[in-house]
Amino acid sequence: MKRILLLLLLSVSVTPAWALTPEEKGLEIAKNADLRDSGWGDQKQTLEMVLRNKQGQESRRQIRGRSLEVTGDGDKSMSIFDSPADVKGTAFLSFTHVNKPDDQWLYLPALKRVKRIASKNKSGPFMGSEFAFEDMSSQEVDKYTYKWLRDETLDGKEVYVIERIPVDKNSGYTRQIVWLDKEIDQPLKVEFYDRKDSLLKTLVPSDYKEYLGKYWRPGQMMMNNHQNGKSTLLIFSEYSFNNGFTDRDFDQNSLKRAR
Amino acid sequence: MHEFERRFGELVIQYRWLVIIGCLLLVGLMASGAKNLSMTTNYRVFFSEDNPQRMAFEALENTYAKNDNVMFVIATEDGVVFTQKMMEAVYELTEKAWQIPYSSRVDSLTNYQHTEAEADDLVVEDLVEDPAALTDERLAKIKDIAVNEPLLLHRLISEQAHVTAVNVTVQLPGINESKETPEVVAYARKIAAEIQEKYPSLKIYITGMVMMNNGFSEASINDMTSLVPISFMIMMIMLFLMIRGFAGTALTMVVIILSIISAMGAGGYIGYPITPPSSIAPTVILTVAIANSVHVLVTFYHNMREGMEKVPAMVESMRVNLQPVFLTSLTTSIGFLSMNFSDVPPFNHLGNFVAIGVMMSFLLAVTFLPAVISLLPVKVRVHHEGGDRMMIWLGDFVVKNRRKILPGMVILVVFVVSFLPRNELNDVFLEYFDETIPFRQATDFTVENLTGMYLIDFSIESTETGGISDPGFQQEVENFANWFRQQPETIHVNVFTDIMKRLNRNMHGDDDEMYRLPDDRNLAAQYLLMYEMSLPYGLDLNNQINVDKSATRMVVTLKTISTNNMLELEKRSDQWIAENTQHIKAASASGPTMMFAHIGKRNIISMLGGTTIALVLISLIMIVALRSFKLGLTSMVPNLVPAAMGFGIWGMLVGEVGLALSVVTSMTLGIVVDDTVHYMSKYQRARVEKGYDSEQAVRYAFTSVGRALVVTSVVLIAGFLVLAFSAFKLNSGMGLLTALVIALALLADFLLLPTLLMKIEDKSNEKNSTVTTA
Repeated sequence: MKRILLLLLLSVSVTPAWALTPEEKGLEIAKNADLRDSGWGDQKQTLEMVLRNKQGQESRRQIRGRSLEVTGDGDKSMSIFDSPADVKGTAFLSFTHVNKPDDQWLYLPALKRVKRIASKNKSGPFMGSEFAFEDMSSQEVDKYTYKWLRDETLDGKEVYVIERIPVDKNSGYTRQIVWLDKEIDQPLKVEFYDRKDSLLKTLVPSDYKEYLGKYWRPGQMMMNNHQNGKSTLLIFSEYSFNNGFTDRDFDQNSLKRAR
Repeated sequence: MHEFERRFGELVIQYRWLVIIGCLLLVGLMASGAKNLSMTTNYRVFFSEDNPQRMAFEALENTYAKNDNVMFVIATEDGVVFTQKMMEAVYELTEKAWQIPYSSRVDSLTNYQHTEAEADDLVVEDLVEDPAALTDERLAKIKDIAVNEPLLLHRLISEQAHVTAVNVTVQLPGINESKETPEVVAYARKIAAEIQEKYPSLKIYITGMVMMNNGFSEASINDMTSLVPISFMIMMIMLFLMIRGFAGTALTMVVIILSIISAMGAGGYIGYPITPPSSIAPTVILTVAIANSVHVLVTFYHNMREGMEKVPAMVESMRVNLQPVFLTSLTTSIGFLSMNFSDVPPFNHLGNFVAIGVMMSFLLAVTFLPAVISLLPVKVRVHHEGGDRMMIWLGDFVVKNRRKILPGMVILVVFVVSFLPRNELNDVFLEYFDETIPFRQATDFTVENLTGMYLIDFSIESTETGGISDPGFQQEVENFANWFRQQPETIHVNVFTDIMKRLNRNMHGDDDEMYRLPDDRNLAAQYLLMYEMSLPYGLDLNNQINVDKSATRMVVTLKTISTNNMLELEKRSDQWIAENTQHIKAASASGPTMMFAHIGKRNIISMLGGTTIALVLISLIMIVALRSFKLGLTSMVPNLVPAAMGFGIWGMLVGEVGLALSVVTSMTLGIVVDDTVHYMSKYQRARVEKGYDSEQAVRYAFTSVGRALVVTSVVLIAGFLVLAFSAFKLNSGMGLLTALVIALALLADFLLLPTLLMKIEDKSNEKNSTVTTA
């Protein structure tokens, strides 16, 4: 593991830094991080969302998630809602795409039907939280253009600070600034800037753990909305890999079966 | 007698340089606080932090989202909204509006999230995606959708489809509001101008809470830049007529200006903001503080005309004036300080600004003023001033006709005061601004053509987490909304059950039969989940559904109605909720409109305490100053009657009182008491020192202070009448009523007080004589 890391670090530093524009360097870093996080195949995890408003009221939601790595396009993922009780059994399937709107379906158990969400929007809040769907879906390299800003230390860790600009014009953001841990190639902080380029939210993932000896996954993600004073905490647990998922586990029929 | 006063006068002259430098240092120190002064640009400043309506509204805002807004109202020349050109303009304005600083949401016809069923798909998209490609057929369809959508009709589109609006929700961070609001306003005006230039056939009006907040600072600036110079000019002319000396006039102006900057600076140190009410402080200080210097100077010049040398003339003036000037400053300050009881912080600030200014002007009038005068060359022609024929006649008239005047006055007072209950509490805050303020013009247009500006926010709570999906709850919310729609005051109701009905229809292949609430809780929750997932950035439901989905916000738009009507409507709605609901746990009304509806009454109640304490204190001061319990108590009559009559006349002519007028009583109390002090102290001196009977004492009081009272009253009336020209109704109403009360106080002091004194003293004389004979 240490050796791989060393190699990766080398591969970054071997490329002569002075020859790269900040844009090229940013892209390079993003590609490296993506490369390092590829090959995991499939995974599942459970997720608890804790929503808080400025008044201090709190609300929790439980979701099970599974995803399948797709090479050459965005990943496939399915979310099954366990609580609140009135949406229990509702399942959400999405195929992330790099250069066209994502495909999204929702199975409504009360209606016993699968409905396609025909909307270009993915910037709205996910289940009333401070996470937009675009914050939670898989982060493909081609979804952004990049610019390396600087290197610095964040909470004692060496990081790249990279600016990334969403390609999709329906994104809710003009840009994001990512503090990427050089050691594990995972974000330690992300700032989201709204359409008028004011700071909207800050995401802080934490409690990273390593799985399968190379894939780092966060235990928590805290999103603070600076404009409305609300926040959402995501608590991940029960990560599991090599579940043997196939495309058939991520189609409309599987949606109805998922529970 | 008056040994202290004489000694004080001598010391001031003796150490005049020290006095002058000390005064200037003190003024400089106080005035340096002015750097902390800033304009407030938020209507919330009218509500104290612990005001229950404000707290309720802030809790609601913290639960959902703030809804300060900027609303662009767009009218066309031909009165047709649904044209390709117009849609293009709305689309562009919508895009630009996202760039307004602190904006968090933009709602317009073009970005309205229209939902439609397409086979098994739920299509959620902007009502107008590409305005350039709009055909007439498509325009007709869009129009049909818009005017039939309860979310849009009477909110963003008028019934005749001749006016539309783009509403921008703004979340001000509130870190530096005096900067944030103008920033938003400047940007909004900029983009409106850009659109208007590109589409000259449009007319864009800008209204909304942010514009109103900005109106407050515009009104303050207006008052400070237009009213202050006018009142200075008027005061200067009056001063010159009274004092008849350039040096004295100029010096008095210096004293006043120093008092004003000290007071404003001191307020700055304390952290008072400039609000429309407190922006009139300079004018009020100018008006009420002028008397201090005038009294000192008039006696001084009089003494010199009588042949005295400069320094002794001043020392003598100080001997005579120190005590009354101190007393009147004290009572005036007490009157203004009693405004601290007001529930409305800007009035606390105004009261304290003025009280500081008045005490400062007293200090300067008895130290700085004589010290400087003693350095200046003062020449007057020596001549003996004859008696005042006018006042002699008036004194004579009052004494001779007292048996007719007293009952006549009593009848007049009772008659006028009987109109007092005709005053109705009314705070229509939109009308605080007169028609010269752009916000008011835009708002009037909006109310006439599109929608209302009076909103009630309801947070309707269910009994449990996720309860908003419960069919029973939804039905009751729907009934409540429909009940409101039947009320004559209602223009629009924004309620989430309309969305539920629409989704239910969409989920059933757009079958109009299914335009009703889902009858299954899970189904409702799942529709909502699906819909929320389909909405874009900024157009979500988080501003009308709370985090645990146990409560929803309903916004009712009303016509501009009176406070009474508003409070009565609140009562009716409470009653409806109490009688017709089981699933709704609570639904309380809040919002700015509600806050202003309650503030008038709250302020009157809080001011009652203040006025009572001021009255008691002032009466005590009168008792001590006049050294007579009886006269002190009698003084309450001319102190209270003017305000009571003033409100009586107001009831006859206007009949509407609001926030500002509820502080007039205690404010004028401190001012009108000055006349009483002067009149009664002269009367008392004549009785005690000169041994006059009450008739002679009345004549003496008229000739010695009659003219001075007329002159000071005229100054005060003029000063407050200037305020009547304020573009801000709180100030103009306050100015007008205060001027009226001061005029009535003169009437009371000239006709009611002397006849009353003679009546009371006659009686006690009779008693005394009966006792002695017996």
